[in-house]
Amino acid sequence: MSVMIKAEKIVKSYQSGGSELVVLRGLDFSAERGEFVAITGRSGSGKSTLLYQLGLLDHPNSGHINIDGVDILKLNNEERTDFRLKELGYVFQDYALLPELTSLENVALPFLMQGMTKAQAAGRATEALARVGLASKTSNLPSQLSGGEQQRVSIARAISHSPKIIFADEPTANLDSETAAIVIKTFLELHREGQTIVMVTHEEEYARQTDRIITLSDGIITSDTRLKAQ
Amino acid sequence: MQNLVVSIRLGFFLALRQVRRGNKWTTALIIFVMMLTFLNLVVVRGVLVGLLQGSTNVYKSGYAGDVILTNLSKKSYIENSPSIIKTIETLPWVEAYSYRYVEGGEVEVNYKTRVRLDDDANSAAASIVGINPDLEDGLTHISEKLVEGRYLTRDDSDGILIGANLLRKYLDIDVPNLTLLENVEIGDRVRMTIGENRKEFTVLGFLQSKVDQIDFRVFVLDTTLRNIIGRGDFNVDEIAISLKPGTDPYIVKNALIRSGVDEYARVQTWDESLPKFLLDIQNTFGLLGNVVGSIGLAVASITIFIVIFINAITRRKYIGILKGIGIKSSAIEIAYIIQAIFYAAIGILIGLVILYGFLVPFIDAHPIPFPFSDGILVAEIPNTLLRAALLMIATLIAGYIPAKIVVQQNTLDSILGR
Repeated sequence: MSVMIKAEKIVKSYQSGGSELVVLRGLDFSAERGEFVAITGRSGSGKSTLLYQLGLLDHPNSGHINIDGVDILKLNNEERTDFRLKELGYVFQDYALLPELTSLENVALPFLMQGMTKAQAAGRATEALARVGLASKTSNLPSQLSGGEQQRVSIARAISHSPKIIFADEPTANLDSETAAIVIKTFLELHREGQTIVMVTHEEEYARQTDRIITLSDGIITSDTRLKAQ
Repeated sequence: MQNLVVSIRLGFFLALRQVRRGNKWTTALIIFVMMLTFLNLVVVRGVLVGLLQGSTNVYKSGYAGDVILTNLSKKSYIENSPSIIKTIETLPWVEAYSYRYVEGGEVEVNYKTRVRLDDDANSAAASIVGINPDLEDGLTHISEKLVEGRYLTRDDSDGILIGANLLRKYLDIDVPNLTLLENVEIGDRVRMTIGENRKEFTVLGFLQSKVDQIDFRVFVLDTTLRNIIGRGDFNVDEIAISLKPGTDPYIVKNALIRSGVDEYARVQTWDESLPKFLLDIQNTFGLLGNVVGSIGLAVASITIFIVIFINAITRRKYIGILKGIGIKSSAIEIAYIIQAIFYAAIGILIGLVILYGFLVPFIDAHPIPFPFSDGILVAEIPNTLLRAALLMIATLIAGYIPAKIVVQQNTLDSILGR
């Protein structure tokens, strides 16, 4: 297996009330292509912050991050945006859907940005929604969907353009156990198809279903457990 | 270039849905504000200019017509008047005309009851105008300006009409060097003095029009005045001409000049003959209108800025999400610019409908009664379109800046609401 993500000596700190709050302390991280990695840890341990650095949503203070051979910290803003659009997918805790867009439109948005026609984008978005079991909800607005359905739309948006990596930040946190199980099942199906997934979760039950659990504490990795052989 | 096209397309896509599926009341309120902003921009200036336009309009309709002939500066009347009138009658563009004899004189009311030499005379200095009542009414509809009494007929050789600004009962203010006639009623006898000549008249009516050339004058028959002043050559002092609708006054002015009329009379179009003070006020009001308009435009820009800024700030999280999933900043900015343009365009469109469908015709039919004119709403289409275009440009800028400010914020901070 080849390395998909390689992060070295990642330091991230924030200014908080005049003092510097160091969240990531020279952390090293790597994930292989097709791997499903769970990042766990207590609240404030730095797991979401790590995800944002890896997912190009934030800049570390120092360190190196390489995704599939690309040194992402050398990219300018426009290149980062383009990289996020084409190579990465995101699933957020609160679904992060645009309230005025239907499920189909939310999923089609990245395709439109890639220059596809509306018909092409709608076709690809419909496929993605069908894949997460929401083929019948294409014209529903987010407000007309349950939390679980909204999260699946969010997953459909994340996977629709066949990204290299899906970053999921506490994707089950706002869901009941039954719906959360469906979401995890969807991730596992994607993983079986070879999708690289990095998921932040504080729920051990779901972390155990991944290939590997990385535990963070105070901005450093305290354990790295492989659950399944690659 | 292709990126820009994609950004514009996506900007349209997002803007359309935000407007269509956003809160209808908010959209309606923003459009309402834009409409008021546009109307403020056009109407305030329009009323200011219309105030003077009303004044010049009545000057034209109540006095000068489209073209007016007056005596040359070195002459006391228009020489060769009968021949000039014949020329005017042959011009195909002429709809109506009227000639006037004008002399300075005095009108006295209490000449019969004033017994001592030092008794105050109830008199007023005035321009005495001799008219052909039919021609004058055909040109200026002066009979419609009567507020009391009746109009002159060809048989009223000793009848007189008095302008309201010569009467205390209609102009109850003290103006230096202006004496007004007191206690004059219809049917009263008054005495007119022109130089050494005197004649008694019966008051037939009072005229009020907001045109000084009517309100500060008295009118008698042309034949009567001609006899008093001994103008046996039939030379007159003014000839006003109204033209068939759509005729350019300059065509007639030039035709008269080509006929040699300018050797005997000063030939002017109605606007050239406007008194200088009126032109000065008109220019001042135009300037004032532009200043008010500029302030209105600045207020409009700030309003749009605030509206779009609040809209963008409240949607900061979604802007962050859009950026997060790889939507280019330019597409997001364009979405907000298109929204701003949409609000402005609909506001302007509704404003135009209200302006030309209601306000202009209504105020035309019911002018605003100012003391010195009946104000109308001047909203020339080119000027209105210019203001609409300026408002759109202001909208473009005022919509872009707040969108840019919000879009430039850190993506993660926007998503997390930090």
